[in-house]
Amino acid sequence: MSKQAASTPDCARCPAGPGRLRPLGDRRAAFDYLVALAGNPNTGKSSIFNALTGLRQHVGNWPGKTVTRAEGGFSYDGVSFKLVDLPGTYSLLSASEDEEIARNFILFGRPDCTVVVMDATVLERNLNLALQIIEITDKVVLCVNLMDEAARKGLEVDVRTLARELGVPAVATVARTKAGLGGLVATIAGVCRGEIVCRPRRPAVDGKLEEAVAQLVPMIESVAPGLPNARWVAFRLLDGDHRLRRALLTGELSRLVSEQAAPVERAGRLIAIEGAQ
Amino acid sequence: MSPQEVLDHADQLRRGLGVDFRDRMVTSLYEESRRIAARVVRRRGESSWDLDQRIDRIVTSPVWGLPLMLLLLAVVFWITIVGANYPSEWIARLLFSIERVGAALFEALGAPGWLTGLVWHGVWRSLAWVVSVMLPPMAIFFPLFTILEDLGYLPRVAFNLDWLFHKAGAHGKQALSMAMGFGCNAAGVISTRIIDSPRERLIAILTNNFVPCNGRFPTLIMLGMLFVGAAVPPALASVAAAGSVVAVVLIGAVFTFFVSWLLARTVLRGQASAFTLELPPYRRPSVLRILYTSLIDRTAFVLLRAVMISAPAGAVIWILGNIHASGASLAEHVARSLDPFGRALGLDGVILLAYIIAIPANEIVVPTMLMVYTGAGMMTEAGSLEELRRILVDAHGWSLLTAVCLMLFSLLHNPCGTTILTIWKETRSARWTALGALMPLGFAFLVTFLVASAARWLG
Repeated sequence: MSKQAASTPDCARCPAGPGRLRPLGDRRAAFDYLVALAGNPNTGKSSIFNALTGLRQHVGNWPGKTVTRAEGGFSYDGVSFKLVDLPGTYSLLSASEDEEIARNFILFGRPDCTVVVMDATVLERNLNLALQIIEITDKVVLCVNLMDEAARKGLEVDVRTLARELGVPAVATVARTKAGLGGLVATIAGVCRGEIVCRPRRPAVDGKLEEAVAQLVPMIESVAPGLPNARWVAFRLLDGDHRLRRALLTGELSRLVSEQAAPVERAGRLIAIEGAQ
Repeated sequence: MSPQEVLDHADQLRRGLGVDFRDRMVTSLYEESRRIAARVVRRRGESSWDLDQRIDRIVTSPVWGLPLMLLLLAVVFWITIVGANYPSEWIARLLFSIERVGAALFEALGAPGWLTGLVWHGVWRSLAWVVSVMLPPMAIFFPLFTILEDLGYLPRVAFNLDWLFHKAGAHGKQALSMAMGFGCNAAGVISTRIIDSPRERLIAILTNNFVPCNGRFPTLIMLGMLFVGAAVPPALASVAAAGSVVAVVLIGAVFTFFVSWLLARTVLRGQASAFTLELPPYRRPSVLRILYTSLIDRTAFVLLRAVMISAPAGAVIWILGNIHASGASLAEHVARSLDPFGRALGLDGVILLAYIIAIPANEIVVPTMLMVYTGAGMMTEAGSLEELRRILVDAHGWSLLTAVCLMLFSLLHNPCGTTILTIWKETRSARWTALGALMPLGFAFLVTFLVASAARWLG
């Protein structure tokens, strides 16, 4: 996006216009919306995080580099967002520490939007994670990154078909040159505000499994009231997920649920709601 | 209903779903991914993908992979040694002349002698040392390392070394945490989080110290230049010095594999777990980002920490060197009482004292030794190798054995305070933290003692 293009009046109105994006660095003040950044390792998540927040989280070309959770902020169109960069994972099903950090945040952090950063050059493998994430939460934006490398490899990725297949918006980006980031931010804002409604297409479940889940869900809800997605927890328990079993037994699950209820950091939004009344 | 009852019910339901239930779930997930990808991605024309694969065929080849890696390591150290030599001298000269001016200024203003000594000959001199010894090598090493990281070389290293880790009963990703350890062992310990299995992660944490960090390189480089570099024709001095540093790194690697193997067969028994490691495409490094990452994130970060620790340490050393009791300074008393033990390890009391004072940060080992050797009153500008040789070899009787034992001790001894704290934070266990701190120290004592005894026995 050139400077000249940004200065024309049409661009200022266009939702993809870059002029309205303002990095807020690691300002930890009140924010309006919470956005999680998930994805496979080495897909350029940290590059996207840096480009949006203006921070300089360490970027490196090896999978697994981001082992801690990084947080930053940006504002778009006068609304402020807090962005949380989750550790890169291939799935949320096995039981490593980084996967637990990622899935706990998506489940209990109650982000207003979860961005799944995908590597356009190996989309199939990245889809495994995206499919798992839309099982946990509706509010998902797919960010198909590394489009330049895909082109170099002679691959054409049709993001519109991808969006239709999964039922959530998809945006093509090249984080290194910041191409497509305006559109990404606009889409994130749209999902957070509820202007863009996600209808994730989840694969159908066979009858026997559906029955088992239906039995289990009320039980789980009685043990851990207020759980955001008891259905997903039921699936995981049926699958014999050790970490989740332990979390349920030790009461950690209930603790996480009660923590998410405490709206300490979301003062901004509360005030906005009060002001509107 | 209790949580246990929910779990029991879930177990009962699972049995009703059939044994292949889990497999079916995963298979359907993969099939769905494949179906969608087939619709979304289209391949057209030729690709440059082949070039990456051709490079990988050499870089990760069973024959060329390891030699190439060692060659790269040697080249990186050689560039660091050659490039850092002169800037170190310039910075030392500049900072030590500031010490003279500052001390003269204090005297002219009528400041008491102890204040001038504490501020300029204690705190400032130690800062000057740390900055002049550490800054140039770091400012060269970190950008080179970051280029390799940005290119995508590190996962290839892990790939090449995987079979060795597997044999040791450790995780192949340990190679990545080791690579991070070259910069800073505390960072290396944190980066072990990429290892899923707690057992293998502990092995990686406990052995990370055997990778010499940036705080220890200046000591190794200095010894390499003084003793190995001086033994060959001047034209080859820097190559020989780089070679000796690579040799130390290799000894460290041997120890890493040996100790990992030992742990995997004793306190951390178990099989090495399988894992997938993605070899990312080679990416053109971005110059600005490399400069930022290597100079601001890494160099400045490590240097700042060293400076913050060396300032109070400088004060402590000065006080120890200037409070006299029965004819000698406190430092001399302590050094003298440590001397027999130090001699047994091929070192001396001053070196051990320096390592005790340097527990918070390894960077200040050399400055501490030099300050104790030269005494607080003496002005020393040991910026040049000649000066160093005069102090260490001529005045304090260092031999090749001292150099070898010091290199080994520097490689193997206990991790610095920051790393110990990081081990505690990552393991939350006093037992593992204690093992992580004391086991390397035990190895350092044992190995240097054996080397010194063998050398003496052989004459």
